[in-house]
Amino acid sequence: MDVGLSSLRSEAVGAMRTALVSAENLQLSLKSELSQEEQALTLTKSSPQETHKDGNEDLKEMLESNKESLKLEAMKRVVGLIAKGKNSSELFPAVVKNVASKNIELKKLVYVYLVRYAEEQQDLALLSISTFQRALKDPNQFIRASALRVLSSIRVPIIVPIMMLAIKEAAADLSPYVRKTSAHAIQKLYSLDPEQKEQLIEVIEKLLKDKSTLVAGSVVMAFEEVCPDRIDLIHKNYRKLCNLLVDVEEWGQVVIISMLTRYARTQFTSPWKEGAIFDENNDKTFYESDSEEKKEQTEAKPYIMDPDHRLLLRNTKPLLQSRNTAVVMSVAQLYWHLAPKHEVNIVTKSLVRLLRSHREVQYIVLQNIATMSIQRKGMFEPYMKSFYVRSTDATHIKTLKLEILTNLANEANISTILREFQTYVKSQDKAFAAATIQAIGRCATNISEVTDTCLNGLVLLLSNRDETVVAESVVVIKKLLQTQPTQHSEIIKHMAKLFDNITVPMARASILWLMGEYCERVPKIAPDVLRKMAKTFTAEEDIVKLQTVNLAAKLYLTNSKQTKLLTQYILNLGKYDQNYDIRDRTRFIRQLIVPNEKSGALNKYARRILLAPKPAPVLESAFKDRDRFQLGTLSHSLNVKAAGYQELSDWPAVAPDQSVRNVEVIEPVKEWAPLVGKTKKSKSEDKFYSDDEDEKEEEGSESSGSEDSSSSSSSDEESGSESEEESSEESDKTSSDSGKSSSGSEKSSSESEAEQKKKKKTKKAPLKKNKLTAGDSDSDENGNGPVAQSSSSSAESSSGSETDSEDDSDSDNIAAQKKKKSEAKSKPKVEVKSKKEVSLLDLDDFSPAPTNAPKSSVVSSSLLSDLEGLSLSNVSSTMQVTTPSFGPVKTYELLHHMTGKGLSAKYHFPRQPCLYQPSMVAVQVILTNSSDHSLEEIHIGDRSPASLNIHCFNTIERLEPEASVTVSMGIDFSDSTQAANFQLCTKEDQFSVSIQPAVGELLMPSTMTEEDFSKEQGKLLGMNETSATITMATANTSSQAIGKQVLSVANVGVVSSSQNNVHRFAGRTVSSGAVVLVSLEQKESCAALLTINTEKSVMASMLLRDLKQALAQA
Amino acid sequence: MIHSLFLINHTGDIFLEKHWKSVIGRSVCDYFFEAREKAVEPENVPPVLQTPHHYLISIYRGKLFFLSVIQTEVPPLFVIEFLHRVADTIQDYFGECSEGVIKDNVVTVYELLEEMLDNGFPLATESNVLKEMIRPPTILRSVVNTLTGASNVGDTLPTGQLSNVPWRRVGVKYTNNEAYFDVIEEIDAILDKSGTTVFAEIQGVIEACVRLTGMPDLTLSFMNPRLLDDVSFHPCVRFKRWESERVLSFIPPDGNFTLMNYHVSSQNLVAIPVYVKQSISFFETGPCGRLDITIGPKQTMGKTVEGLMVTIHMPKAVLSANLTATQGTYTYDLATKVLVWDIGKLNPQKLPNLKGSLTTQAGTPKPEDNPSLNIDLKIQQLAISGLKVSRLDMYGEKYKPFKGVKYLTKAGKFQVRT
Repeated sequence: MDVGLSSLRSEAVGAMRTALVSAENLQLSLKSELSQEEQALTLTKSSPQETHKDGNEDLKEMLESNKESLKLEAMKRVVGLIAKGKNSSELFPAVVKNVASKNIELKKLVYVYLVRYAEEQQDLALLSISTFQRALKDPNQFIRASALRVLSSIRVPIIVPIMMLAIKEAAADLSPYVRKTSAHAIQKLYSLDPEQKEQLIEVIEKLLKDKSTLVAGSVVMAFEEVCPDRIDLIHKNYRKLCNLLVDVEEWGQVVIISMLTRYARTQFTSPWKEGAIFDENNDKTFYESDSEEKKEQTEAKPYIMDPDHRLLLRNTKPLLQSRNTAVVMSVAQLYWHLAPKHEVNIVTKSLVRLLRSHREVQYIVLQNIATMSIQRKGMFEPYMKSFYVRSTDATHIKTLKLEILTNLANEANISTILREFQTYVKSQDKAFAAATIQAIGRCATNISEVTDTCLNGLVLLLSNRDETVVAESVVVIKKLLQTQPTQHSEIIKHMAKLFDNITVPMARASILWLMGEYCERVPKIAPDVLRKMAKTFTAEEDIVKLQTVNLAAKLYLTNSKQTKLLTQYILNLGKYDQNYDIRDRTRFIRQLIVPNEKSGALNKYARRILLAPKPAPVLESAFKDRDRFQLGTLSHSLNVKAAGYQELSDWPAVAPDQSVRNVEVIEPVKEWAPLVGKTKKSKSEDKFYSDDEDEKEEEGSESSGSEDSSSSSSSDEESGSESEEESSEESDKTSSDSGKSSSGSEKSSSESEAEQKKKKKTKKAPLKKNKLTAGDSDSDENGNGPVAQSSSSSAESSSGSETDSEDDSDSDNIAAQKKKKSEAKSKPKVEVKSKKEVSLLDLDDFSPAPTNAPKSSVVSSSLLSDLEGLSLSNVSSTMQVTTPSFGPVKTYELLHHMTGKGLSAKYHFPRQPCLYQPSMVAVQVILTNSSDHSLEEIHIGDRSPASLNIHCFNTIERLEPEASVTVSMGIDFSDSTQAANFQLCTKEDQFSVSIQPAVGELLMPSTMTEEDFSKEQGKLLGMNETSATITMATANTSSQAIGKQVLSVANVGVVSSSQNNVHRFAGRTVSSGAVVLVSLEQKESCAALLTINTEKSVMASMLLRDLKQALAQA
Repeated sequence: MIHSLFLINHTGDIFLEKHWKSVIGRSVCDYFFEAREKAVEPENVPPVLQTPHHYLISIYRGKLFFLSVIQTEVPPLFVIEFLHRVADTIQDYFGECSEGVIKDNVVTVYELLEEMLDNGFPLATESNVLKEMIRPPTILRSVVNTLTGASNVGDTLPTGQLSNVPWRRVGVKYTNNEAYFDVIEEIDAILDKSGTTVFAEIQGVIEACVRLTGMPDLTLSFMNPRLLDDVSFHPCVRFKRWESERVLSFIPPDGNFTLMNYHVSSQNLVAIPVYVKQSISFFETGPCGRLDITIGPKQTMGKTVEGLMVTIHMPKAVLSANLTATQGTYTYDLATKVLVWDIGKLNPQKLPNLKGSLTTQAGTPKPEDNPSLNIDLKIQQLAISGLKVSRLDMYGEKYKPFKGVKYLTKAGKFQVRT
């Protein structure tokens, strides 16, 4: 900057010189004047420091000039001044004028200035506010965000309402970046005006629901700052946060993890109980028994981890591999505080890895390891050598490593550690050597086997040349001898001999104390030492004097013949000492030991007082008490409670209600029973359902209620179907896998389980009566679920909607079963209203996800017969839940057997959330071998575009002639209908194929109430709204038909409607989760107004076209 | 979170300050200076300090202290990691992180700090994102800027900020598409007096330099991934695939970056490339001592050891050294008491030797402990753990990139005790 300016100046000087030359040529007499100016210019150039005051003046001029470049130059200098901490507030008016500048760099610099000085110049700062308000409406998200950033950074109380408004608006912005900024602004506003807390919490609550990974970290930060105690806001977002965690930026991860640690401690029960069983597969059984017998069984029940607790642990584990040390540390502390004891070990490796990082990182990590290693030696013992000290380590690092090595010492490794310690004792760093000696002392007391070895070693050190080493040894020996006073008189004698050479006061004092304490063991030496001390008493340090007095007193009591006079002498010296402590002590001792008329009763006890056996000091770690703080925190590091430290609460004895975490889809069965039992027992069935209508959350509890008890027969079934259902959550592959494997056991046990359940269910009969399923007949009538299911599946395949029933591979069966279930789900709901007589049947095998539409095609024929006679007209009023239950209708050709040399492939969209990645669309491919030879190694080859994210199926090793196999894939279409091209390869051939999704398949159904729907719709007006008037085929005018048609086109969920002529459907795009709202308003006769609201306008128009077509067809 | 940042040089001058919330006076640094005074060596300053109203967290890097002021509870590693990220960014932008460079570019540094934190919470720390917002200064660009009036500050939201690959911007174009990977391994070892290994492990890092057009998706696989005991990745690496297939699959950032760090456990036998025969002794009588060091090759896998260097921190009492080296040169710094013997290439036929006498201060007792030797060395084209990259595949782009892998073994913290 200075360089730039001076170059400007030199340019000016140069220009002037040219002018001068030409003036001379013209023989004009301007010379003297010009040279004056020239001088002035060169002067400022040579000494800019002196003209600093004036410098600000000319900055002002530059700022007020018309030239952009000059202004920029000036602003750069101003920012330079700010950076150096120099005051430039007098330039405020001149700077503020440029706030609306077009030049982005200039504007940014002005922002920097504003933020720095606005607090001091509040009135002037107000001038700039309107600029920001305008910028908040800018179409460029970057400008909106930076305007909000600056606006919220100006600490001027008067604009609080404006800030509040801006934050609220930004929190609903379409751009996640702006929403992130608003989360930051919340904290700023809160620190400016804590009064706004309530309103801010509302915004936080809203932002917490945000699904963008960009926002998550910032809003949790705001939460931590504004309302860390409002745990209730987290419940609903808990699973989402866990699932998003991996994709959140690294700083956000740290904040979220530490918040979740706190959260988990309040919501889950301790996994550390004695005899805990760590079998996740038992989850469900546990819940069931728990819910039934909670009261009787609070004790002695085996511990089984809450699936949400497990989810957190599972989703944080990959973060141990983060490059960000703070993330690794926060995961480590999460495991430390939350994981079952035997799982904590997985963090060890990563923590040890951090020791390679910067010195400061090492320091913090070592501190935490030190605390951990006290409680859990085993964790770090295998890595003991990583804590060996190098001579180049900084002192605080060395000491920490020493601490850890000492903590790790046990019988097995002590010899190695002691050998290592021997090297350290010789270190040039004497403070470190002294610390090592203390460490040896600690090892000696902790491990009795080596006490003698250590003592001998320490005695050898007594002849060390270095004073501090000797002194430290003496002190440590003293402590050791105290713990084992027997037969160590040799050592005491040795120390007495060394006494003359030791000058460190603490060491001398220690020796004197030892002499006194064990004076009976060294009867000859002790008085002699006292004699020597008497000679040098006046020259000793205070601490030594005190111990001399002590020694004298003890000797007087045990050996008064020899020492009486010496004691008198020392007491006299002490009496006139300069230090009042010593005078006091002397007086006290004299009264205590020398009998006289005044001393009274105390005298008799002198011996017992002075020579009482003393407990040995406990040598323990300095990190002993640190575990009261959460690991990884500032408080832990300082061992002091820091401002704003949030205590980690103890585990609750009984887990709080888990249902609070359920989001719209699923709830474990456990809650269902008590919840309903308490609140709804007396309600009529109608009431029961209509209740549901109001309380969005309970929709889930309904569906999950039945869902879960079905899975209670096989513990993992739930996790499988949960992932299937929870559209927002990343479904976990492993859990679904295990679900599959365990489904076999389900079959065998279903009978007895069903019976058990029945017993339980009878208790709840009034509630459950109204929920029946065809599945009941499976388990109750046939006593064999799978058979019934397979029969229904074949029935269904005959109905044309299913294609995979004939497949016999395991996974397919399961998939088919699942599908069956979800299909059958539609049934119970339908029945609920009208068919009470089928009560008591167990409907739990089915999620009661109701849909009005596609009954005919999805419900299996056996169910259909049950359904006969049902009035379907009132169905729609019972449909609140919109889990996807609409089976695939269309099967598309992927590869014809002619082109595929015998291999043919068809695909369809099962409309289930993809198991592999939430952003993928699930696709099922049916591969059939129509050739006469078996095909080998069927797999997916190259894809295009290559960035296309496909989850391939596992290579099929062999497909026999006429056999077919169904495999599922996940494809991330990124919300576009662009075809996914890839190659289907066999051992010999490659076939290029492509899957082109219909726009409706890129959606996922979403649950919402009517109010939510209108709210969302309100946000998506204008550009985001697409509508058209359509003409429907007459056959399609009934509400069921409309639902059916719409659902056949698009994978959306039905939204209950209070108006008969308006039909609403809601969904989200699979990849980006953008809301898609479809509403159809029936006008007179066949006309209707079809409206689609979504940010994805391209999708909207395509969807509109498809719907229009579908509804126009009969 | 982070309230303020002060940059302090080694003489204790505050030459830059930045506040993200309200302004905190410089006087808060006095507590730090006090601790600095007490610690003697700048490395020994405790990274976390407590003052009556604030907490100070500092890092020492490149002879500079980055001192941050904290007011409430925050994970200290969070701050430390961030401060190092600041230093990394400055280094990335200007080639080095030193007082001079920061002073020369004070406005850019200030703008960077402004972007990196918002209200004390990290906003953009990805260098790729930052570079789109504030372009690093180059001579060409400053010339262009003065001519056209353009600025170094971007006015649109960097694409990376919103995408799910924030580390890569879109629209990267190169005429030469190339991807280079350096597998660098460092041997950390402690050898005792007799030459036996007390402790040894290998720390590896894969540094990448990727200049590829478009959005390439790379897959790097190893011949023997089992070797890797513990790993940490750049965020671009897909962890799931590593877990299941042990391959590194990633969309690379543009330019230079660290792809992964790994650790080869000490369970596997670590080859120690050199042996050291040494004797350093001080005499009881007279102010002198003797030094004799010979270095020879041990397990070098047939490669040449280069850049061999021995550093010895002598006891304080050693005044001077009078030595002769058969190869290379030695220097003895009287002030810091550091003896450096720069050997260069190790010739197995004629082993380098350093021999001679040391003069100690008269009157002081003989230094009783012997200093340890720090060894530095390099072996080109060898990863001492035996790790080998088997192949690099690229998906998503049509062109054929130029690929290269280089191996290098270095001594990390390689210490010989005497």
